[in-house]
Amino acid sequence: MYRYDEFDRRLVRERVTQFRGQVRRYLEGRLDEEEFRQLRLRNGLYVQRHAPMLRVAIPYGLLSSNQLHKLAHIARAYDKGFGHFTTRQNLQYNWPKLEDVPDILQELADVEMHAIQTSGNVVRNITTDHLAGVAADELEDPRPYCELLRQWSTLHPEFNWLPRKFKVAVTGARDDRAAVQLHDIGLRLVRGDRGEIGFKIFVGGGMGRTPVIGKAIRPFLEKRHLLSYVEAILRIYNLHGRRDNLYKARIKILVNALGIDEFRRQVDAEWARMRDDGLELYQAEIDRMKAFFAPPEYEELAENDGRIRLRRDTNPIFNAWRQHNTVAHKVAGYRIVYVSLKAPGVPPGDLTAAQMDAVADLADKYSFGELRTTHEQNLALAHVRQTDLFALWESLKSLRLATPNIGTLSDMICCPGLDYCALANAGTISVARQINARFDDLDELYGLGEIRLKMSGCMNACGHHHVGHIGILGVEKNGEEWYQITLGGSSGNRASLGERLGPAVSRRQVVDAVERILRVYLDRRLDGESFLETYRRIGMPTFREHVYDDHQKKTDNKKGSLAA
Amino acid sequence: MIIKRRRIIKKDPWRHDAGAQDLPPGPVFVPLKRWRREREGLLSRAREGRLGLSLRPDDDVDEIAGDLRYFTAIALAFAAFADGRGYSQARLLRARHGYTGEIRAVGDIRRDQLSFLERCGVDAAELASGQDIESSLDAYGEITVRLQPAADKEILIFHRRFQRARGAGRPGAGR
Repeated sequence: MYRYDEFDRRLVRERVTQFRGQVRRYLEGRLDEEEFRQLRLRNGLYVQRHAPMLRVAIPYGLLSSNQLHKLAHIARAYDKGFGHFTTRQNLQYNWPKLEDVPDILQELADVEMHAIQTSGNVVRNITTDHLAGVAADELEDPRPYCELLRQWSTLHPEFNWLPRKFKVAVTGARDDRAAVQLHDIGLRLVRGDRGEIGFKIFVGGGMGRTPVIGKAIRPFLEKRHLLSYVEAILRIYNLHGRRDNLYKARIKILVNALGIDEFRRQVDAEWARMRDDGLELYQAEIDRMKAFFAPPEYEELAENDGRIRLRRDTNPIFNAWRQHNTVAHKVAGYRIVYVSLKAPGVPPGDLTAAQMDAVADLADKYSFGELRTTHEQNLALAHVRQTDLFALWESLKSLRLATPNIGTLSDMICCPGLDYCALANAGTISVARQINARFDDLDELYGLGEIRLKMSGCMNACGHHHVGHIGILGVEKNGEEWYQITLGGSSGNRASLGERLGPAVSRRQVVDAVERILRVYLDRRLDGESFLETYRRIGMPTFREHVYDDHQKKTDNKKGSLAA
Repeated sequence: MIIKRRRIIKKDPWRHDAGAQDLPPGPVFVPLKRWRREREGLLSRAREGRLGLSLRPDDDVDEIAGDLRYFTAIALAFAAFADGRGYSQARLLRARHGYTGEIRAVGDIRRDQLSFLERCGVDAAELASGQDIESSLDAYGEITVRLQPAADKEILIFHRRFQRARGAGRPGAGR
């Protein structure tokens, strides 16, 4: 992974000192509320429902075991003993004290971490495929480009006051696991006409109140122009993005207003005039960055070890875990292991300090001391020997981190919701708990196959409900919590936005509605067809009809009508 | 009182056009509209170095490029400190159009904006009321590491590291 040099170290140290001064001036009344708000956001600090919330950057989801130990220490020393992994591969603390935050940032700096630009109208943490470097379907490892972009965008003086936040994702694989078409800029490594590798660039995707699938702005960009092209896009956005309305300020609104062709024309005209102004990347520099992400020293192993087969035959629970929570590694004899942060009854993405320490130790023991965070809010140990799987599973099981549910309904994405977030309109974690309670039979879950259920507690869509195969959006009506259901969303290669099922359902009806949706799927699916495939084949009306009609009759008899 | 090139200038001769028919005799910033309307009448003032241009955040810098030689100074207006358009305007004035006169930030300008403004080519600032000008100067020295080029002749961090690895750069030249 990337290691800081003296420049990086000095930068984070100076940033901590700067923020310490800003906090002091604020507490002394020398910095007004709004200005301090803007400055603290750029250091990851929100003020939430109950306390400040600090969002720590985990660049493109890559962590070392000593960094995770530090995160555990911070959780214990400054918070309530746990942290929450987000859909953008970061970590949030929900209970730090404002006065402590400079010290927390100093602790982070000690292990080459920071909270710079994890909030505010700036370029945010660059995200990527959590299987980067180990996936068999990868054209090239995207992480060196993430790091190049991270450094270029860090404290960029021109783009510290954009119209709105700006999210960039990069993928290098055939299957898009980074949702690049749902980012302000999405970059996909592709092969050009002459066989060389470069970037296909999407712009103007995003979720929030106005979900939009990103549009291709450039089919192929040479790697050396990566930074200048992205800078050209940002300059056009900085100058022309709307600033009169918070909800119309993202780049997607500008791209839609101008049309992709006119937006492209403006970017290309800008780029033509500045592409040679010092942002070109030389191959030696790219190679230097790539060296940081070189594969660990794998052993030469056989792909199938007889000992594994024996375990599989004799232990069905291990077998289920191996089948659902591990995936193929590109190197023979290794597997990629997901650490499920979706145990029943636990808020999705939460990890206690003790679990963090234990997982960090497991990473040292079994995966070269390296961990990844996924945008599905799990962790991954990316380089585990097949022969270590059983021992690792036993350890994870004792930590309650081996729920064999990756990719199933109960592996849902969920924002913190009303319980923690000042913006939320409705609870999410309690709904997640209800869904988990209803679908607690593993065989039933496996029978449903791959389903992405994603839930947000408000229109800001932190839970990515627009791209859930089943999406749930919490809304508030007359002081009550209601839930809007969408179907058919996907953040994969054929990215799509979910369609509304119909009127919102009440809190006590949401789990029933999910069950009815799934029943339609089970009744109508063809052999081997996933939920998304069935939905795309048969369309919304069948689901709508069955959910509401069926539900209507039932609830009419009991407690009145379903629809509001 | 303004800040110019990291120093406090107690007596700033420049005035802003308040819209009166007659401009004050000394150096004055006029809005783009007035320049376009009264160009001929303002030329002698321009020749004497007493003319400045004030730009709004939505004024297109490229459209005025041909006239920049007439202005001794340019004032970029910041209606709110969180409106970042002026940073791009300043960079375009410096890098694209080679403007070498004073670029001044006016409006809602606060201590914690000064350093990035400077990096984008803004070399003078009228601070918002209530800002302590003396202590604001400290803002310039807070972050000395610069990872990307802007209007400040900085080079991309990757170039710097590469140069250093080859022994061609000056170690520690992080400013």
